[in-house]
Amino acid sequence: MSSFGTRRDYSLTGASTPHAHAAGLVSANWYQTDIPRKTMKALMTRRDAPAIRDTLLWLALLVLFAGLGYLSWGTLWAIPCFVAYGVLYGSASDSRWHECSHGTAFKTRWMNDAVYQIASFMVFRESHVWKWSHARHHTDTIVVGRDYEIMAKRPVQIARLIAGLFGIPQTWGTLKSLLQHAGGDLNSEERNFIPLTEQTKVIRYARQTLLVHAAIIALALHLQSFYLVMVIGVLPSMYGVWIAFIFGLTQHAGLPENVLDHRLNCRTILMNPVFRFIYSNMNYHTEHHMFPMVPYHALPQLHELMKAELPVVYPSTFSAIREMLPALLIQTDNPEYDIQRELPQRSATDHQPAQHPQTA
Amino acid sequence: MANWIEVCSLDEIDPEDVMRFDHNQHSWAIYRCPNGEVYATSGHCTHERIHLADGLVMDDIIECPKHNGRFNYKTGKAQGAPVCEHLKTWPTRVENGLIFLNVE
Ligand code: FES
Repeated sequence: MSSFGTRRDYSLTGASTPHAHAAGLVSANWYQTDIPRKTMKALMTRRDAPAIRDTLLWLALLVLFAGLGYLSWGTLWAIPCFVAYGVLYGSASDSRWHECSHGTAFKTRWMNDAVYQIASFMVFRESHVWKWSHARHHTDTIVVGRDYEIMAKRPVQIARLIAGLFGIPQTWGTLKSLLQHAGGDLNSEERNFIPLTEQTKVIRYARQTLLVHAAIIALALHLQSFYLVMVIGVLPSMYGVWIAFIFGLTQHAGLPENVLDHRLNCRTILMNPVFRFIYSNMNYHTEHHMFPMVPYHALPQLHELMKAELPVVYPSTFSAIREMLPALLIQTDNPEYDIQRELPQRSATDHQPAQHPQTA
Repeated sequence: MANWIEVCSLDEIDPEDVMRFDHNQHSWAIYRCPNGEVYATSGHCTHERIHLADGLVMDDIIECPKHNGRFNYKTGKAQGAPVCEHLKTWPTRVENGLIFLNVE
């Protein structure tokens, strides 16, 4: 699909937005694999057990590594403890935030909501703003001028991506945003995707969040405890975000913008069980985008049903990074460059749809 | 004034499921709740134009397939972000195993 000159305007209120509308890219119909209704219903079914198990394990590991970090404080052993703690705090929280934002992690609503708020705090993300921006990301995935969550904007700035590994632009952005919202104001892009009736919640959340962070810092100063800010607040969000940032990049970076087929702009990557635990199965990213109401624990089954229609899946995280990095380097001065993924022969046109007895 | 039209037989919708029904350029979502009662709402989500018949019915709730917005399909009430606007509901009745919808 066409691009809009060499420098792209990624804002939601700039020149790319009318182009996206004119090109039929806004709230468009996306390609979807046909899955029989009964099968899809079974896949969509909510369960509490997998998320309770994974949440308890996640919290237990956080407590374990925080404790080991405390015991080893001042020794070199503290380094691996805080590396592990940081990944659990700043990266595993990202995928929990994501899954709960869809309301699919748990069957029980309050559990979803509780983990969503906890994970939002840990990942240093404003829960209301991101709920709405993520809805837009699913409507207009990687559509320039519409999607607020494009990570590798073109021309790609490598220095910015490196800073992103340490959470610097994310933290700075959230801090500025919290201050603006706490002052009672939203920017024009946010007003573009957050309904008026929801904007007071954004302001209230920003004020509460700033108070909590101020209290943490005040307590750490009072106790003269650097350990405290290493285990709660902004610092662990920053030093632990690197793996979520890499996983996040592999979702779409280097792939085409402005296409209406998630098989072309998302990556499905086969990951090891540890990564899948950290990432809540979001390695099945094409599947997630095509059917966002399927809970994370059912994505491997969905993948089995869809894989004949997908481009060749990436056999490992490393293989995805190996493809993505050179593309990002090229996109530093050639924003028109894309990785073109080949769809299997059994395409949208020749594929025989399965029966949809309930929705015919 | 009532204008009842036949939708389908009751058996065509599983308990705790939903079906799309189109008539005269309008579209509805017809629900059969777990205890067998039948309800109807406008077919499309109030957030974006996505049909609810591809969503998931859980007790009294229909969850939209696009962004998981939830409505109570018995009252039409939106349950929170990203759906803020309620759904319109429509009267239904079941007679001799057939579902009827009042489209007035
Ligand atoms: S289209 Fe239904 S929740 Fe967004």
